[in-house]
Amino acid sequence: MSVAPALLALRAIVSREAMRFIGQKGRFVSALVRPLVWLLVFAAGFRAALGLSITPPYQTYITYETYIVPGLCGMILLFNGMQSSLSLVWDRETGSMRLLLTAPLPRWWLLLSKLLAATAVGIIQVYAFLLIAWLWGVRMPPWGYVAALPALALAGLMLGALGLALSSFIRQLENFAGVMNFVIFPMFFLSSALYPLWRMREAGPLLHDICAVNPFTHAVELIRFALYLQPNPSALLWTALALAAFLALALWGYDPARTLMRRRMA
Amino acid sequence: MDAVPPGLRIADVTFRYGDRLALDAVSFEVVQGRFCALLGPNGAGKSTLFALLTGLLATRAGRISVLGHDVARQRARALGRLGVVFQTPTLDLDISVAANLRYAAALHGLSGRRREDRIAAMLDRLGLADRAGDKVRALNGGHRRRAEIARALLHEPAVLLLDEPTVGLDPATRAGITDHVHALAAQEGLTVLWATHLTDEVRPDDDLVILHRGRVLRHASAGAVARGAPLERVFLDLTAEAA
Repeated sequence: MSVAPALLALRAIVSREAMRFIGQKGRFVSALVRPLVWLLVFAAGFRAALGLSITPPYQTYITYETYIVPGLCGMILLFNGMQSSLSLVWDRETGSMRLLLTAPLPRWWLLLSKLLAATAVGIIQVYAFLLIAWLWGVRMPPWGYVAALPALALAGLMLGALGLALSSFIRQLENFAGVMNFVIFPMFFLSSALYPLWRMREAGPLLHDICAVNPFTHAVELIRFALYLQPNPSALLWTALALAAFLALALWGYDPARTLMRRRMA
Repeated sequence: MDAVPPGLRIADVTFRYGDRLALDAVSFEVVQGRFCALLGPNGAGKSTLFALLTGLLATRAGRISVLGHDVARQRARALGRLGVVFQTPTLDLDISVAANLRYAAALHGLSGRRREDRIAAMLDRLGLADRAGDKVRALNGGHRRRAEIARALLHEPAVLLLDEPTVGLDPATRAGITDHVHALAAQEGLTVLWATHLTDEVRPDDDLVILHRGRVLRHASAGAVARGAPLERVFLDLTAEAA
């Protein structure tokens, strides 16, 4: 594969995704409203009910709003990953996936470009959310916003790759709602996004163990630590491993030699 | 490899969906610069063959090459010489015709001045020069199809594949598009594979492959297949016999 045409295609795919995103104003608004409802309504109500002890990366007592910000960043990326997966299923039904996959470039590169495009769109949403949170008074260390970028990118790629993998296995658009229920909600609620893991342990060891293996937990912790300028090697490792696994699954799912794919593309 | 490889070579291609045989030892060649009509009723295997030709499906038995480049082993080279018009429209309705073409051009490695020149030239060639800035949604079915043909020609492919490109169009528009693509083959030396189930889109001097139930029933010039009889009659008889 020569580099120049590959980068040209990447740029075209990213700008198409960005144009689409800009075109769908409702999508941006709903992507922001969702975490803001959690931050401004849910967290405000829970503030009094939930006590949080000082656990790393925090060095002082924090409000519940402050605690859930990284989880809500993760939520944005999770929804965005699923949304782009949905658009891939849609692309396949409308045929524009064929246009993409018949470009004279390796298929893995075309799919990776799609993934990078979706992740970029997700990261823009996260920063818009962080800005609103900052205006609301929920603030992180200033350099944390910079340090979070690579963490957000890795988390976004991992969740986008999950979406990509799912899109290759979902036959029709109609089946998508079920997947959302079985993927998004468990992933979000069974994670450290809303409550720290030690709280989960109090609720039950099994619950805690499920949360501890959930890749979404590690993505959220990676973002959380990065926002406070602290490394978290195990979260980094788990998120990277999950990315590799989901990506492998996605590439396998889009392999033209597979039977499931056969019926769909013909 | 031959001195002059055929535009398309399909050699002994067999394909199954599970137990169902979709293509059964299909072999034929399209000489460079020829217009070849792939005629078959619905379900004959035309779309499966197109998915194999474009690498969307992997060929397991048999081989397919574009100008001597094996689709399975030299995918990028083969696809780089191929222009494709899919059966389902694949234009983005909410952006302009030119923006759609720019996206496809970039996927094929065209950029800058050359890309803009090619887009202008192909829109002009297909009679759409004055519609470049219009959103695709504002175009009628015939114009959308022409925009897709223009898009398929941007990277100067040697072989153009069209999968039932006139589906859903009125007779006048259908005839217009059929004429256009015949002219492209005749004037620009383009190799064309045109899948259809409509015999009036085939001309006597076109190459003709009749595909039915995954098998090639006839492969000759359309005139030779028809032998003076109306092609539609011959086609109906052939596919009825074989059924």
